[in-house]
Amino acid sequence: MKIAVCVKQVPDSWAEKKMVNGRLDRVNVDAVLNDLDEYAIEEALQIVEAHGGNREDGPHRVTLISMGPERASEALRKGLSMGANDAVLITDPALAGSDALATSKILAHVISQGGFDLVICGTESTDARMSVIPAMIAARLGWAQLTFAGSVEVDPSAAKVSITRVTEAGVDAMSANFPAVISVVEKINEPRYPSFKGIMAAKKKTIATKDLATIGASAQSAWSVVVDATPRPARALGVKIVDDGSAAEKLVNFLVERKLI
Amino acid sequence: MSNVFILADFMGGVVTKTTSELATLAARIGGVTAVVLAENGRGSALASSLVGPISNIIIVENEGFNKHGVAASADALAQLINERKPSALLVASHAFGKELAGRVAVQIESGLITDAVDVGADLTVTQLVFGGSTTVRSKVSHGCAIITLRPKSIEANTHCATPTLENVSITISESAKKAIVNSTEPPVKGGRPDLTEADIVVSGGRGTNGDFSAVEAFADALGGAVGASRAATDAGWYPHSHQVGQTGRTVSPQLYVACGISGAIQHRAGMQTSKTIVVINKDTEAPIFEIADFGVVGDLFAVLPKATEGITARKS
Repeated sequence: MKIAVCVKQVPDSWAEKKMVNGRLDRVNVDAVLNDLDEYAIEEALQIVEAHGGNREDGPHRVTLISMGPERASEALRKGLSMGANDAVLITDPALAGSDALATSKILAHVISQGGFDLVICGTESTDARMSVIPAMIAARLGWAQLTFAGSVEVDPSAAKVSITRVTEAGVDAMSANFPAVISVVEKINEPRYPSFKGIMAAKKKTIATKDLATIGASAQSAWSVVVDATPRPARALGVKIVDDGSAAEKLVNFLVERKLI
Repeated sequence: MSNVFILADFMGGVVTKTTSELATLAARIGGVTAVVLAENGRGSALASSLVGPISNIIIVENEGFNKHGVAASADALAQLINERKPSALLVASHAFGKELAGRVAVQIESGLITDAVDVGADLTVTQLVFGGSTTVRSKVSHGCAIITLRPKSIEANTHCATPTLENVSITISESAKKAIVNSTEPPVKGGRPDLTEADIVVSGGRGTNGDFSAVEAFADALGGAVGASRAATDAGWYPHSHQVGQTGRTVSPQLYVACGISGAIQHRAGMQTSKTIVVINKDTEAPIFEIADFGVVGDLFAVLPKATEGITARKS
């Protein structure tokens, strides 16, 4: 089995995010591996481990794929220290400012060159929060889309994968033949912490950095443009009381004043 | 006048309020065509349940919509758009709606903007990003403007026009039939309103210690929905489908009551745009107090039952 895991480097959730010239400022913030992608890496590792593991000389492999600036290799290194075999980073100045359509086009292009059976993603990145990249990749490749998975079962000998799709619309049992694009929700597993051995081993693993010319693709401009971005005023400071036995009554009065009851 | 498509939104076979919100926004831009994607034999019943300023309804019936999930619906809609060339497509912003919009965007080569809270007549889209800290206005610059709308962002016009009905038959492409839906379990419906559609949401967190009875009683007194923080759902105290926050549900009710929730940034991202925020927490340092309109430093098990009583007494 060859499994690709798509990952993204994002600003730390706690970092103050700013727009500069209509784009998220990615330079002046702490950047981390999108924490929702850790569930995708963990799931890929659990799938191969259930079928003999991903030793270098074995039949199963987990490859990380990312598009981003050169420093995104730090995020890939973390995924490698969790246990992925190798990584590909597509980096090119022409890709800065890509939207989801442009990003999915490049990722699908790289995936189509890799002979993968499965692609696993997180459900969204914590910066853009669109939740569309896995569906777009599936549409571009014409592969089965098995997204928002709360559980994944793989039968490599039958080249078949089944999931339970968990969304606000309910729970669907879905299945498909390889190749398929999967996204996993955060309830699916508990991502492992990289062990010391894993961190040392990751230093020797390959991150293949490629530009557009190397992969034979061209950049596509973003198909939406930002008109303006303005910080919202902070919420007006509210009332804060310490309960001395009368807080419930005061709360009810507040709700009445606001016409909420 | 330009033609705007909306995808009629259903949950468990019932039309949602979001459908009227989509129609209301679309009517600012042009004539509204609502597309109803239905299993065989269900189209006209679903079409007759639509409310809002809609001039045409296109009904597409196909067994593939239930059998092949998002891909089949997106494929049918993309085929319709390629044929009819509307200036925009508006879809509800939830897992299914966003994925469908993404696939349609790929298929018809058009730009996509998700999680709009408003759309102007000139198709300028307003979004709140970075956990609600920044307002961004943007426009699609290529093809049909595909926009997903966050539920409850605008006041819906529920005036009913008499739309014309049209049945269209579509053959779903083979590449959109690769995944099979073997079975579907609708979400468990309690007596309470749906989290996304509710005007009032009462949520519990770590401070409940797993006992949601006070939170539920307060929600019921207010006629509200019950939410939970990730700490509470991860602990198994409340179903994951009720999780509010990043990776959970995004809510924007008139009133949000956070009980025993510290207010991690991931939780705030899912409720920060609520109109009024009430906080009850023992810890005076809890960051959630920063966004509270009314904050009580106190024990939720002391405050909530008394407040529930007070509300019930006022109503009788």
